[in-house]
Amino acid sequence: MALKAHSEALTPARRSSPVKTWALLHVDNCIGSLGRLVRQPFASLLTILVIAVTLALPAAMHLVIKNATLLSRSWDNALDFSVYLKTDVSLDEAKRLTDIIEQRADVEIVTLISAEAALEQFKAESGFGAALDHLSTNPLPHTLVVRPSGANTQQSVMLLNEELANLPEADFVQVDTEWVQRFLAILDMLKRAIAIGAMLLGAAIIVIIGNTIRLDIQNRREEIEVTKLIGASNAFVRRPFLYSGLWYGLGGGLLALALVGYGLYALREPAARLAGLYGSSFAVLALDWRESLAILGTGIGLGLAGSWLAAARHMRRIEPR
Amino acid sequence: MIQIDNVVKRFPGGQEALRGLSFSVEQGEMVFVTGHSGAGKSTLLRLIALIERPTSGQVIVDGKNTRRVTRGRIPAYRRQIGMVFQDHKLLYDRSVFDNVSLPLVIAGISHRDAARKVRAALDQVGLLTKEKRNPETLSLGEQQRVGIARAIVSRPKLVIADEPTGNLDPDLSLEVMRIFRRFNEVGVTLLIASHDIALIDQLGCRRIALENGRAQIEEEDDVIYSEPFELQQERDPWL
Repeated sequence: MALKAHSEALTPARRSSPVKTWALLHVDNCIGSLGRLVRQPFASLLTILVIAVTLALPAAMHLVIKNATLLSRSWDNALDFSVYLKTDVSLDEAKRLTDIIEQRADVEIVTLISAEAALEQFKAESGFGAALDHLSTNPLPHTLVVRPSGANTQQSVMLLNEELANLPEADFVQVDTEWVQRFLAILDMLKRAIAIGAMLLGAAIIVIIGNTIRLDIQNRREEIEVTKLIGASNAFVRRPFLYSGLWYGLGGGLLALALVGYGLYALREPAARLAGLYGSSFAVLALDWRESLAILGTGIGLGLAGSWLAAARHMRRIEPR
Repeated sequence: MIQIDNVVKRFPGGQEALRGLSFSVEQGEMVFVTGHSGAGKSTLLRLIALIERPTSGQVIVDGKNTRRVTRGRIPAYRRQIGMVFQDHKLLYDRSVFDNVSLPLVIAGISHRDAARKVRAALDQVGLLTKEKRNPETLSLGEQQRVGIARAIVSRPKLVIADEPTGNLDPDLSLEVMRIFRRFNEVGVTLLIASHDIALIDQLGCRRIALENGRAQIEEEDDVIYSEPFELQQERDPWL
């Protein structure tokens, strides 16, 4: 045995190819860092959970915005104008007007709701049917519901509105889009607020991971000193800590996806029931694969950034004594 | 191999550890640096290992002036030197094998070659059967031998040792010196700081005595190896 060892010692040490060495070191560090996290399950899980919640918050808010935007797209009729005609305008005149307006390039469709049909609908939906039966005359006018074509800009819609209001037969025009505009403005503001919040939470993740890695570096100070003493570079010593950051970020990302997924699962049925009550088939949208990958990528990126900052800052200070 | 030229090391606060120290060590020599505590032995080794820089003067190791070794090149410089410490500086969360293989891993040696080299080094220090053990479970003498195996595993031309027998009893100290001597016999240069004059006298190596940061005397080999050091009959550690 000893003889064999001696003859082996004679063989000059071979350096692997730089790429192979680099790859093997990375694989070693990658697995080793994961093993170190697994050996401290409680502490690791706690850190990962904090990262997951921090990632899940903006992800959940993003989903809220995404679903609200989807919901607003189904309100096409909210873009319609209601042109209330004067009460002395006859049904024939109203029909003629419908044909004229429908020929405009900036109008997609015009629907005529006769005064009689409007009253019947009002009777059916208002709950005052019996009271309305006592009316001697129909107080409601004929109404044209005008839907602008999709190519319209906000300015051209305003112009259309103005022109319809100026028609001699028109009493007044009600623009139904205003509340939608307000709703979209609120969504836009929320999107920006979420982006700012996500940035702040991202910074928080960097701090959390940075602090965890800093403590890890302090706990392994002696090991770092010894390793540097026998010739390890800062990059060599830093590498396992970067992988720890990566695992924290990846773990946090995966757990965040699970949390958001569970939240959606819990909301799906009540949301469907609510939509059903409004006669809608709206179903809650989940994160698609791109968004899921973005969350994982963000987790990993922030994990690496946090560990890099901590390692770069503290590693230089640890030198052999 | 080592040239120390008028080296002064002054620490913040004004304390002078070395005051114009000059000496040289030829390639293949085994030289002891002796002196009482605080004489500057450890400081000298720290200057050679580039843990410290001299305040003035030059430290030249294997033709390299350490002043010209930039911060970024220090790791590569240290990889050329084997270092042995009084407190072993082993990593107690790893096996003996992993401790000894660390310099090879850092140097990017392939796993297979590293395993061969580690086993050969462990064989040299008589610990081949304990490669899977945790260093904590070994005796102090064995731990020091692990430290020596780690220092020589990458076959450096120079090994420096700071009080390598400081925590060992006389028998274990002799055993450690015996290992050093074997490596010196095949051309490894050794510079060993020790205050154990009696032990050094048994080896008959050149001794540089430090006192208050200066070399006081240099003694040439005048002692025949005593009984434990029948080195002529020892095998070549690399063969």
